[in-house]
Amino acid sequence: MDNSIYLDEARDPLIIAEGWMKDGKDVAIATVVETWGSAPRPVGSHLVIDADGNFHGSVSGGCVEGAVVSEAIDVIDSGKARMLEFGVADETAWQVGLSCGGRIKVYVERLG
Amino acid sequence: MDPYALKTLNAERRARRAAILVTDLGDGRDRLVREGDSVAGELGQAIAKAFRTGNSGSVEAEGRTFFLNAHLPQPRLVVIGAVHISQALAPMAKIAGYPLEIIDPRSAFATPDRFPDVALHAEWPEDVLKRQPLDSYTALAAVTHDPKIDDFALKAALDANCFYVGALGSRKTHAKRVERLLALGATADQIARIHAPIGLDIGAASPGEIAVAILAQTIHAFRSRGLEAKGAAA
Repeated sequence: MDNSIYLDEARDPLIIAEGWMKDGKDVAIATVVETWGSAPRPVGSHLVIDADGNFHGSVSGGCVEGAVVSEAIDVIDSGKARMLEFGVADETAWQVGLSCGGRIKVYVERLG
Repeated sequence: MDPYALKTLNAERRARRAAILVTDLGDGRDRLVREGDSVAGELGQAIAKAFRTGNSGSVEAEGRTFFLNAHLPQPRLVVIGAVHISQALAPMAKIAGYPLEIIDPRSAFATPDRFPDVALHAEWPEDVLKRQPLDSYTALAAVTHDPKIDDFALKAALDANCFYVGALGSRKTHAKRVERLLALGATADQIARIHAPIGLDIGAASPGEIAVAILAQTIHAFRSRGLEAKGAAA
């Protein structure tokens, strides 16, 4: 648990997203909006992605970040937000799943 | 996400102020709500609850689905006095999720030897609080018994609207303290916010037990923020 009373600016996804924006980069922000069962990251967690596929933060324990990054690049291109759902691999249309057995819903939107 | 909302949100987070980003999941529009902003209806109630609990989540209101991402500063505890009670309080508060700092200008008390792994300031509260001001997500417990050390910090905690202000001492000691705080310019309403004698009334006797009582009272104050005001208005 991160108990720091001040923001860890070098690792904070929303601070990094703001920095990327100031540098003129195109940015997408992914947010965990719902979880069921045992999910590794709580509701509200962020992954931020730039158009080159660089990313910071996490929406899971590393299980689905790859898939979120590729979706995010499409979202940056189209400007249209998407809702992604990940669960146990065989129960969903997605290729990747959460090994913990939980399910998560991730909202991916473009910054600006 | 609206770039301006992101910039504002980050500024609030850097300043240790609570804010909630409200996103309409239907059309993607978002807006930032600061603590104290008034929002009407069901959405307003959900926002008020999210400020209190710090929990993020989706909410249905006005026929739409909103996602509320609650960004609350990490609550923390500042203790004036590197005394026996603080030695017990330091590890407990850390475990409970309330990082703790200790301020005591008496360098014989404030030693790393007595307080391993604790943020310790062997300085006057006046000097430390100038650098690191108190805020409404900070609790302050004054436990030195010494007006020279406690009083300034107590007044500063009341002015900064700390979510918890507690002061060690009997009712008699506190009555004298009230006189001094009035002389320092504190109002009667402010002084009424001080928990004195300090700690939940669990009959605590030893330093360790008093530390439990202080920590429990701090947690209660944090988790019931805003509820007292609502009860009074109803």
